[in-house]
Amino acid sequence: MSVTLVKEKYSSKVGEVVLGATAEQGGTRTSTITVGGDSALPFLHFEGETKNRPVIAMEVTDVVPAWNEMIMNQIGDVISDPAAWAKKCVDDFGADLIYLKLNGADPEAENRSPEDCARIVKDVLAAVGVPLIVEGCDDSEKNNEIMAVIAEAATGENLLIGIAEQDNYKSIAAAAMVHKHTLIARSPLDINICKQLNILINEMGLPLNKIVIDPTVAGLGFGIEYVYSIMERARLGALANDKMLSMPIICTVGYEANRCKEAYASNEEFPGWGDLADRSVLWEAVTASGVLQVGASILVMRNPAAVSVVKKNIADMTGK
Amino acid sequence: MLIFGERINGMFTDIGDALRNKDPKPIQYWAVKQQEGGAHYLDVNSGPAIPTHERVEAYEWMVNVIQEVSELPLVLDSTNYDAIEAGLKVCKRPAIINSCPAEQVKIERVFPMAIQYNAGIIGLTMDKKGIPKDAENRVAFAMELVAAADEYGVPMEDLFIDPLILPVNVAQEHAPEVLESLRQVKMLANPAPRTVLGLSNVSQKSPDRNLINRTYMAMAIACGLDAAIMDANDDDLVDVAATCQILLNRSVYADSYLKVFRAR
Repeated sequence: MSVTLVKEKYSSKVGEVVLGATAEQGGTRTSTITVGGDSALPFLHFEGETKNRPVIAMEVTDVVPAWNEMIMNQIGDVISDPAAWAKKCVDDFGADLIYLKLNGADPEAENRSPEDCARIVKDVLAAVGVPLIVEGCDDSEKNNEIMAVIAEAATGENLLIGIAEQDNYKSIAAAAMVHKHTLIARSPLDINICKQLNILINEMGLPLNKIVIDPTVAGLGFGIEYVYSIMERARLGALANDKMLSMPIICTVGYEANRCKEAYASNEEFPGWGDLADRSVLWEAVTASGVLQVGASILVMRNPAAVSVVKKNIADMTGK
Repeated sequence: MLIFGERINGMFTDIGDALRNKDPKPIQYWAVKQQEGGAHYLDVNSGPAIPTHERVEAYEWMVNVIQEVSELPLVLDSTNYDAIEAGLKVCKRPAIINSCPAEQVKIERVFPMAIQYNAGIIGLTMDKKGIPKDAENRVAFAMELVAAADEYGVPMEDLFIDPLILPVNVAQEHAPEVLESLRQVKMLANPAPRTVLGLSNVSQKSPDRNLINRTYMAMAIACGLDAAIMDANDDDLVDVAATCQILLNRSVYADSYLKVFRAR
């Protein structure tokens, strides 16, 4: 009795999105990155193509962050200089992309002007050749202001800019459209809002291959199973030809994993949890590896040691 | 839920005239209009407008003029298999043959043709003696068609079983039998064959046909209907098809689901 390998036949695939632009394309990146394009469930090479391997973006902030010491120590002095920090992420830690988070724009913090923010973006663009992801602060009004200026200042670079949300997507989608950037569409752990937001953005005229889904990932132990099942459903939708769910997915695992107590609480405080040095790396790495299994295309990470673990995991899974 | 637009049929005066005068305009008009309405396939039927000996040529012509204006795949609707074959030869995308009853002679003609042209088949649950009354006999015919698909190597999802709905005003007792047939057909094979209905038949010569059509369609979809030859420009009917997709969790909900269903 022979055993036949069961292969699922899908009618469609995940859309491909290109990030960055080289000199010929009107930008200044030394290379571009393409994500998406899978025609099967993640890493099931026998029934479809895993066209582009998942990539890792490392997080750089414009003001010195309040991250745990285990991460801060690995980054070192450059942590106060976004351009040098970005360069170190690419050169030393092997980041595929830089994720620049402009917390300094927050009116409750430094309240940086849009022009200052744009200058920081330009500095980082000059420091590295990889494509950039740029997100503003958590104040949506201020965010709209700075992203309009940044999008214009970086015209042609094809940045991945965020955040578009259901109740605030128009001005940033317009900025992406006019200045030819790609847009992050974030939904609060809700596949229906996720789909609807993509429809609304697309109706404004931004093509589907200029949108990336941010499903709002959760950290390991803090609701990751909700986003896991949502991402799986989005992937199945994409493979079944649901065009409004067929965008590649970005997961901000560094932010989510590192606000879990397990990622930073000391051995002395919780002796039962074991050594913090291992735990903090693994909390972020396992969060990332979990969402890779349901189709994450871009992982936004913080801890260089965790990045190195996940890079190996990606290489093993893709056979490259 | 697949919508097979029914309007390009020689039974309609404008299409009949178009065929007689070799005027592509009405045919192309309906091809585009049905596509805009939400059709996924276009049914193509010359009807009685063309004498039998000219049907082969007429089919070829119809397929060609439709393909000039529409990317949609076609459902070739005729009892003349030479005409269907002529159409299949010029189809740019895999078509569906409409139709083949559970009769050995016709199965031997249609199933190999489907394989040759990579086409689907609509299989009717009837034979020479006509349409059975009860679900049991309809399903028995469906089983013969499923066995034929297996024998000739037609993928089960390319076989569309049509349990044949009749007008509710004169054949009321058939309506529930057809629903039961749809349920049972889905259990005949794994993967199951697909199902289809000539939906507008249910309301022939009744008042307020649209209400009957859309009510019956919702009931049929819940019983396992995958496709309907129907009025793709009846917006309420297309809305019901879209809503059924959502309520059966076949498509992920979004507030604009009606628009998404029609989008290409």
